[in-house]
Amino acid sequence: MSDTYDVIVIGGGPGGYNAANRAGQLKLRTLCIEKRATLGGTCLNIGCIPSKALLHASEAYEDAKHHFAELGVVVQNVAVDLPRMMAHKDKSVDGLTKGVEFLFRKNKVEHAFGTGRLRGPNTVEIVSADGTTRSVTGKAIIIATGSEPMPLPGVTIDEQQIVTSTGALSLSSVPGRMVVIGGGYIGLEMGSVWRRLGTQVTVVEYLDRITPGLDGEVAKHFQRILAKQGMAFKLGSKVTGCEKRNGHVQVTIEPAAGGTPETIECDVVLSSIGRRPYTEGLGLDTVGLSTDNRGRIPVDRHYQTSAKGIYAIGDVIAGPMLAHKAEDEAVAVAEIIAGQAGHVNYDAIPAVVYTAPEVASVGKTEEELKAAGIAFKIGKFPFTANSRARVNASTDGFAKVLADATTDQLLGVHIIGPEAGNMIAEAALAIEFKAAAEDIARTSHAHPTLSEAVRGAAQGVGGWAMQM
Amino acid sequence: MPLEIRVPTLGESVTEATVAKWLKNPGESVKADEPVVELETDKVTVEVPAPAAGVLSEILVAKGETIGVGGLLGTLGEGGAAAAAAPPKPVPMAEPKLVQAPANGAAPVMMPSAAKLAAESNVTVMTGTGKDGRILKGDVIAALEARANAPAQSIKPHQSRDLAPAEERVPMTRLRRTIALRLKEAQNTAAMLTTFNEIDMTAVMDMRKTFVDQFEKRHGVRLGFMSFFVKACISALKELPAVNAEIDGDDIIYKNHYDIGVAVGTDKGLIVPVIRNADHHSFADLEKAIADFGIRARDGKIKLEELQGGTFTISNGGVYGSLMSTPILNAPQSGILGMHKIEQRPIAVDGKIEIRPMMYVALSYDHRLVDGREAVTFLVRVKEHLEQPQRLLLDI
Repeated sequence: MSDTYDVIVIGGGPGGYNAANRAGQLKLRTLCIEKRATLGGTCLNIGCIPSKALLHASEAYEDAKHHFAELGVVVQNVAVDLPRMMAHKDKSVDGLTKGVEFLFRKNKVEHAFGTGRLRGPNTVEIVSADGTTRSVTGKAIIIATGSEPMPLPGVTIDEQQIVTSTGALSLSSVPGRMVVIGGGYIGLEMGSVWRRLGTQVTVVEYLDRITPGLDGEVAKHFQRILAKQGMAFKLGSKVTGCEKRNGHVQVTIEPAAGGTPETIECDVVLSSIGRRPYTEGLGLDTVGLSTDNRGRIPVDRHYQTSAKGIYAIGDVIAGPMLAHKAEDEAVAVAEIIAGQAGHVNYDAIPAVVYTAPEVASVGKTEEELKAAGIAFKIGKFPFTANSRARVNASTDGFAKVLADATTDQLLGVHIIGPEAGNMIAEAALAIEFKAAAEDIARTSHAHPTLSEAVRGAAQGVGGWAMQM
Repeated sequence: MPLEIRVPTLGESVTEATVAKWLKNPGESVKADEPVVELETDKVTVEVPAPAAGVLSEILVAKGETIGVGGLLGTLGEGGAAAAAAPPKPVPMAEPKLVQAPANGAAPVMMPSAAKLAAESNVTVMTGTGKDGRILKGDVIAALEARANAPAQSIKPHQSRDLAPAEERVPMTRLRRTIALRLKEAQNTAAMLTTFNEIDMTAVMDMRKTFVDQFEKRHGVRLGFMSFFVKACISALKELPAVNAEIDGDDIIYKNHYDIGVAVGTDKGLIVPVIRNADHHSFADLEKAIADFGIRARDGKIKLEELQGGTFTISNGGVYGSLMSTPILNAPQSGILGMHKIEQRPIAVDGKIEIRPMMYVALSYDHRLVDGREAVTFLVRVKEHLEQPQRLLLDI
């Protein structure tokens, strides 16, 4: 006996649960299948949310310990209570995953815990943790199975000493030394957490720059700030092996171009070289689907795979592996299935690194524009010239606006600085509306706020920045 | 609640008008349907009436300025006393430059930078490429570029020369500019050629002399020569349809209707109102229509639609004393008959010299479409019909 649905969503992460909720709002009978015991996917359980809990807590600790005095606030005996910090994180995560269940009820979306497997064009088999199975059929099936950490040859994950981001979120004590493999946003965020809590952190990156994909000028500035904070960098280096010895880990690295290997001894290794789409055991072959050379499921612009009625969104398809990108696609695919016109503007998807200062960007980088041969103008505004950043004693960074040389249309906005993640929303909206740099420059920004720096950079494109 | 005074629909192909004169000043009260402003278009002058009784509160488009169809000319306040007492509102600097709203009032949304640039450069952008049709700064820049490039392609940039003593510079009226443009267009397009003939007007004049009083008594209009010429032309057009046709791209459009334009001089310039389905008209109908055109043309009351869509034109330069001329086609028509002065001249009739009232006639035609044989035959037919007007009765 199989149950029949309008929409079956495989995966309960930001892509999956949002697709299910939107489908529910659109009066489609919807089932969401989640493999974990809780909803919310990587983002809520072992990604965005718990990492932000630790980033916030560790930043508060560092502020109290090192920066309060500058403001005339004297606190003594500042200490870390790691179990409590972890408890706060777990409690926050627990509340939010329950929130997803609440939203499912509200939108009349059913959910089932178990592993969803495709068994033909309209059929999904759900294998529960206890091994029981049942079949459900759906007119439309949305694959939203997300991604998993990319393994690195020679590095065997135990999630205790040699960890991925998952283990790095739950270390039982503050390690003395940590090697972070990969200078992307996950490594830098988790590296920042533990550095603040007292760990000596060394980031090993294969490329000769950190945060590939970010604007080069921003990345260079970012690295300088992180180094000033005490993070060590070994760029242009590759890790060839990790060996546990006497309670420590010996990490062997050598220059990316080849050369003499060296060994770094540490207590914990974080492997964060990237993520790969997760489609293992999904049964793509039962519907004639296969993945591309990077493990992604190819889809058309309506997110439909080559198998009719089977859609895919989020980290399992092409594009940046970001929760909000998956969420945007989730809304679009549900609306498309309901017969509406779904829309995602891939030029207006912001990306944020939640370090301190934060790094946020939307649109094209300077390098991308040069490569594409697009003539552009640049406006920049440093936070040292922003009054609010000055009184907050937090003046690292700048805002950078790139606009078309002819039409003045915004092409990219890059911010490194305090609250960059919140401020990028304005830029994303502006790009979505195809605004000119001058449109931001002519929009009133409250004084004194950090957001004035974005306006200043936009004015800078036109050559009339007012505060510098 | 102020009422809007907008540019009315002015007929096909008319997209803008120039404010010729405001007939009321701000603060003056107007009755419903009383004309408030006079607009000049490519073709005629039109008066815009007040949509309701009230007080003219604001003039938004000054004399001499050009505005699109549907554009806001000014506003009308309610009542007398209250509105009249209100001090004249100073017009904010940027206001007259604001982008004109389309007729339906739903102005496209402009991004702030686009609105500013458009206002500064006095360019109108009606369609945007932004989200939901918003007008972007890039759209305005594109419009400015298009404007900058346009004159280079169409009209040579004109260097104004300095005025010598005893010279006066006067801007061309829109009507004059249109005449200039259309005449030149016709010359540039058509392969224009003129053929001549002469008509002995004795028979028509005798007939007219005999019946002029009875005709007027019966029909209330004087019998002139124009009706004979219109009838003669229609008969010839039926025999030679190419003269009543037009070229449209690579095709020829033959018209089985005979809408005859009759050129009428006014103090502002020549206009050509059209007698629709002139082949269905009696002599009296034709004379009435022509007389009516003459009166209304003098008063500037010819409606735009009356100037559109003629198939053939008759121009009478004779009223001014012209002996011979080569009229220019009224594009896209393919033929125009030029009538001239009737003059007593000696001619040979049956081997004897006689004094006869003679008129030279000219047919200018588009040689692309009308062959020489057809043009000459056309004129010969017109001549025959006028020299033997009974042919018109018998349709031969």
